[in-house]
Amino acid sequence: MATEAHAAEGATGYIIHHLTPLTVGEGFWALNLDTLFFSAVLGGLFVWFFKRAAEKATAGVPGLVQNFAEMLIEFVDNQVKDSFHGKNELIAPLALTIFCWVFLWNFMDLFPVDILPLIGSLMGIEYLRVVPSTDLNATFAMSISVFCLIIFYSIKIKGPWGFAKELMFQPFGPWLLPFNLLLKLVEEIAKPISLALRLFGNLYAGELIFILIALLPWYIQPVLSFPWAIFHILIITLQAFIFMVLTIVYLGMAHEDH
Amino acid sequence: MSINATLIGQMITFALLVWFTMKYIWPPLFDSLEERKKKISDGLAAAEKGQEEMHLAEKKAKGVLKEAKEQSSEIVNLAQKRANEIVEASKDTAKKEGERLILVAKAQIEQEKQQAKESLRKEVSALALRAAEQILSAEIDKTKHQDLLSKISNQLG
Repeated sequence: MATEAHAAEGATGYIIHHLTPLTVGEGFWALNLDTLFFSAVLGGLFVWFFKRAAEKATAGVPGLVQNFAEMLIEFVDNQVKDSFHGKNELIAPLALTIFCWVFLWNFMDLFPVDILPLIGSLMGIEYLRVVPSTDLNATFAMSISVFCLIIFYSIKIKGPWGFAKELMFQPFGPWLLPFNLLLKLVEEIAKPISLALRLFGNLYAGELIFILIALLPWYIQPVLSFPWAIFHILIITLQAFIFMVLTIVYLGMAHEDH
Repeated sequence: MSINATLIGQMITFALLVWFTMKYIWPPLFDSLEERKKKISDGLAAAEKGQEEMHLAEKKAKGVLKEAKEQSSEIVNLAQKRANEIVEASKDTAKKEGERLILVAKAQIEQEKQQAKESLRKEVSALALRAAEQILSAEIDKTKHQDLLSKISNQLG
C-alpha cells in the first residue's frame, strides 16, 4: 500500500497518504507505530485520569475529577447490572476500559485531519494515521481479547463438556449435530468479527469523509465539516458504547448455563 | 490496512489496561460510591428519626405545659381562697378589737364621769356650805350648831 501511495498524486494520493499507517518491518511482523503510539498514549491518559480520581476518592463531597469519574463508573456499572446477572469482578472494569479507551481512540477523529500529520512531517515522519480505531489491528486486538474471554468463561462456567454440549446439541437437538455445530461456530466467530468491523468501518468511513471534506475549497469546508463533526461526536460515543454493551452481553451469555 | 503484529501489541496493551483498571481504578472509586450511598441513606434515616423524636418531644412538652397550667390555676385558686380567709379573719379580729377598744373607752369615760361627779359634788357641797355659811353666819353660831353642820356636811359628802 505504501508503494501505491508513492505512485499516486493529487486527490487520491492525499487520501491514501492520510490513511496509510507509519509502519516498520515487513509482512505480518510489521508494526503500525502510529496505532501503537496513540493508543498507548490515550490508554495512559485514561489510566492517569482515573488513577488520580481513585487516589483522591472520598465518600464525602466529590471534586470535579472524582465526580466525572464516578459518573462514568456509575454509568458503566448500570449497564453491567442491566445485562449481566452473574458475579464477576472483571466485567465492570473491562467495560469501563473498553468504553473509555475506544472513546479516546475515536476522539482523535475530531482533530483536524491535517494538523497531526503536518506536525509529524515537520518531525520527519512521512505517514501518520492518528485514529487508532481506523486500524483493523486495534479493533481486532480488542475484539479478539474479548473473544478469548468469552471462550474462557464459557469453559470455566459451563465446564468443557457443558460448553461442547452447547455447541453440539443446541438449538436443534442431537440429531442435527453437524448443523448445530456449524451454526454455533459461525455465531461465536461472528461476535469478534462484527465487533471489530463495526467499530473500524464507522471510524474509517468517518475519517474518510473528513478527508474528502478537506479536499474541498476552503469556503465550503466549514459548512460541511462543522455538522459532520457534531454528528461525529454522537458516532464516536455511540460506537464506544456499542462495543462496551456488546462485550457485556456476550460475556453475560457466556455465563449463562443452560 | 493489512493485519500485522500490531494486533499482538494492541492486545498486550489492552490486557495491561484492563488489569490496571481492575486492580487500581475500579475498586477505590466504586467503594467510595458505595460508602457515600450508605452515608446518605444513614443520614436520611437519622433525619427521619430526629423528626420523629422531635414530634414526640413536642407532644411531651404540650403535656407538661398543660399540667403546669392546671397546677398554676389550682395554686391561684388556693391562694385566692386563702386570701379570702385571711381577709375574713382580719375582719373578725378588727371587729373584736374595735369592740374591746369601745369597751375600754366606755370604762374610761365612766371613770372620768365618776371623778367629775365626785369633784363636782365636792365643789357643790363646798359651795353649798359656803353659801349656807354665808346665809347662816348671820344667824347661826358655828359653835352652837356644830353638830348640825357636820351632819349636813356628811350628808352632802
